[in-house]
Amino acid sequence: MTDPVSLTRSLRRSRRRRQIAAAACVAPLLVFTFLVFLLPIGDMLRRSVWNAEVASAWPGVRAAMSAWRSEGGGGVPPEPVFAALAQDMRGTYGTPALGAAARRLNYDLENGRSLVFNTARRVAPLDGPTGAWTDTLIGIDRRWGEAETWSAIDRARLPFTDFFLLAALDLQRGEDGLARKPPQQAIYLEILGRTFSISMAVTLACLVLGFPVAYVIAAQPPSRANLLLMLVLLPFWTPLLVRTAAWVVLLQENGLANQFLAALRLIDRPLRLIYNRTGVLVAMTHVLLPFMILPLYSVMKGVPPSLMRAALSLGAPPFTAFRRVYLPQVMPGVAAGALLVFILALGYYITPALVGGGADQMISTFIAFNTTDTANWSLAAALGTVLLAATFLLFAIAARLGGRYRLGVLG
Amino acid sequence: MRTFIKFGMATAAVLASGALAHARDLTVTSWGGAYQNAQTEAYFAPFRQQTKIPLIDESWDGGIGVLRTKVEGGNATWDVVQVESEELAAGCDEGLFEKLDFDRIGGKERYIKEALHPCGVGAIVYDFVLAYDKDRLKDPPKGWADFFDTQKFPGKRALRGGPKSTLEIALMADGVPADKVYEVLKTPAGVDRAFKKLDGLKKDLIFWKAGAQPPQLLASGEVALTSAYNGRIDAANRDDKRNFGIVWNQALFTIDSWVILKGSPNRDNAYKVIDFMGQADNQAKLPLKIAYGVTNRDANKAIPPERLKDLPTAPDNFKTATEISTEFWLENIDRLNERFNKWAATQ
Repeated sequence: MTDPVSLTRSLRRSRRRRQIAAAACVAPLLVFTFLVFLLPIGDMLRRSVWNAEVASAWPGVRAAMSAWRSEGGGGVPPEPVFAALAQDMRGTYGTPALGAAARRLNYDLENGRSLVFNTARRVAPLDGPTGAWTDTLIGIDRRWGEAETWSAIDRARLPFTDFFLLAALDLQRGEDGLARKPPQQAIYLEILGRTFSISMAVTLACLVLGFPVAYVIAAQPPSRANLLLMLVLLPFWTPLLVRTAAWVVLLQENGLANQFLAALRLIDRPLRLIYNRTGVLVAMTHVLLPFMILPLYSVMKGVPPSLMRAALSLGAPPFTAFRRVYLPQVMPGVAAGALLVFILALGYYITPALVGGGADQMISTFIAFNTTDTANWSLAAALGTVLLAATFLLFAIAARLGGRYRLGVLG
Repeated sequence: MRTFIKFGMATAAVLASGALAHARDLTVTSWGGAYQNAQTEAYFAPFRQQTKIPLIDESWDGGIGVLRTKVEGGNATWDVVQVESEELAAGCDEGLFEKLDFDRIGGKERYIKEALHPCGVGAIVYDFVLAYDKDRLKDPPKGWADFFDTQKFPGKRALRGGPKSTLEIALMADGVPADKVYEVLKTPAGVDRAFKKLDGLKKDLIFWKAGAQPPQLLASGEVALTSAYNGRIDAANRDDKRNFGIVWNQALFTIDSWVILKGSPNRDNAYKVIDFMGQADNQAKLPLKIAYGVTNRDANKAIPPERLKDLPTAPDNFKTATEISTEFWLENIDRLNERFNKWAATQ
């Protein structure tokens, strides 16, 4: 009755239906991830090299400068470029485009904003071509006659640039290639290093404090373990700002910590515990500790106690048994907890802002500053890109080292 | 059938709300919180009542990017917005705001001259002041030079964690007259001078980020002197029964302004509400609730003298104050912020 062809076909059809059902189940998450994760990151990467402000506001300048540059021109450009600039300025005066172009030039050129606006204000009412725009513009502001001004415009005229990424790495492109920024402006590499070192210190502190706690909880009978876990989760129920403010109260000069130490006669004058690195490390470790304890606990719970007992009964000293038998089994928990804490720590900025000093601000502070305060989204995106790249790099290294370590342990 | 009726009603409701969205009510946007509550009592509620014009008030957190998106999107959902001075200047240059016709809001002579701008009219005046705890300091400081004098006034100090206001304060402490501060700060030597002055205080200096921090730092005794927003100090005195003092001498002031977003479909009503909020009697109600100065020349007469003395715009307080230069900071904030952070990070 049933012929084998239709059987195969119906089999295939049912398999396909199952595949479609599976895809449909995953699709919402995929779409969600794409929309809220991949798309924004892609947009951030795009913004870090996006440079269209001047190009779109002043197409004439762009074309005239391309022509001049392709002839090998340098320094101050000839009349056609000046004429194009005057024309474009008149066209964009009073529109958002001029503001965007002025803002972009100001990043690269000191007082570039006022140069553009003052010139545009003066050029706008002049009607018709007056001929010698070079003299007119230099007459309005002599900086139009300086090579520095034009090399800034030259850097800003193409739709893509490495200007912001270089700035995020404390580099700049001068007349003779790449150069380090002057020391007073070179801040971001130091901040990036600081962000990583604070995050690592916090991760380490969380591991040292969280490991014994997770171990103790994992060894308890379930009812008591649940109670202890609730205590671990307690900080999650308080808002971040409240927790941070609580540390201010505890750690300040006349705070509880100093009063306690003074009452025990351990110190004769208050220690500086806040508005410096100590405060940042303490507050961040507290906030992030549950993220270390939970993965550790879940892994430790699955380790049968009989294995340690077996190791001990076979004559291994306690530390060796711990190192050779227990630790390798909970390593996945350590790795997961450390990864979680480290990644979360990288993005902190409210806590360092409130309990840290001038030397403790992390890179997110500057990303936020550029996003909201000065609306320099390109630099914010470039800093984000550098942070992302550095994080990936670090994990690639960690994964290699980690892999070797595990092999060593197993072999 | 019933389902059909329900469906029909739902469709009608959607269509109606669409039509409403098209002829949108006048929408005024301000800073939210206690401040907007005070504005609602002093301005928005009486305006609705007296003019019968529907008014929606919304709040925002600032940022020129928000306004840019709204206006350039072509379908702005706000009409009147309160902006900070830098948003006012930058937005006006970029054409985000309507040029204001002052004749429709009582004429230029109605307002103090600092409140006038082609694109906006000042709403409130507030100060960066030197604040201290009267219970701890019997002999009050006189100005920023005392702030830097750790012999006479021992203890730590707090300043805002950023170059704006901090560099001006350093220069005034170093003896630069208030009206010459930006002249000096515009030169590289002036910036160096400001940082050099700050160097001397560095080990005793804490930086605050949020406006709520200075009163807390004073209350806990963490610092002896701090820079602060005058409104926060006043609120701590009134609400938390603190006894904080304000040094009005050498204060830095800034103004928030009302603007009309370009292309507003409710322009006539927008002018009406700005006019209403500019009238002396109406303005005089606001400072009773929150310690900001107002911009109508005659408003002070309607404010009780015992309250007026707490305001930045009381004649005695205002005459020694300097306006924070919007132009200067628009141009230099990026560079000076980098330099400031570099300076703050080196011990």
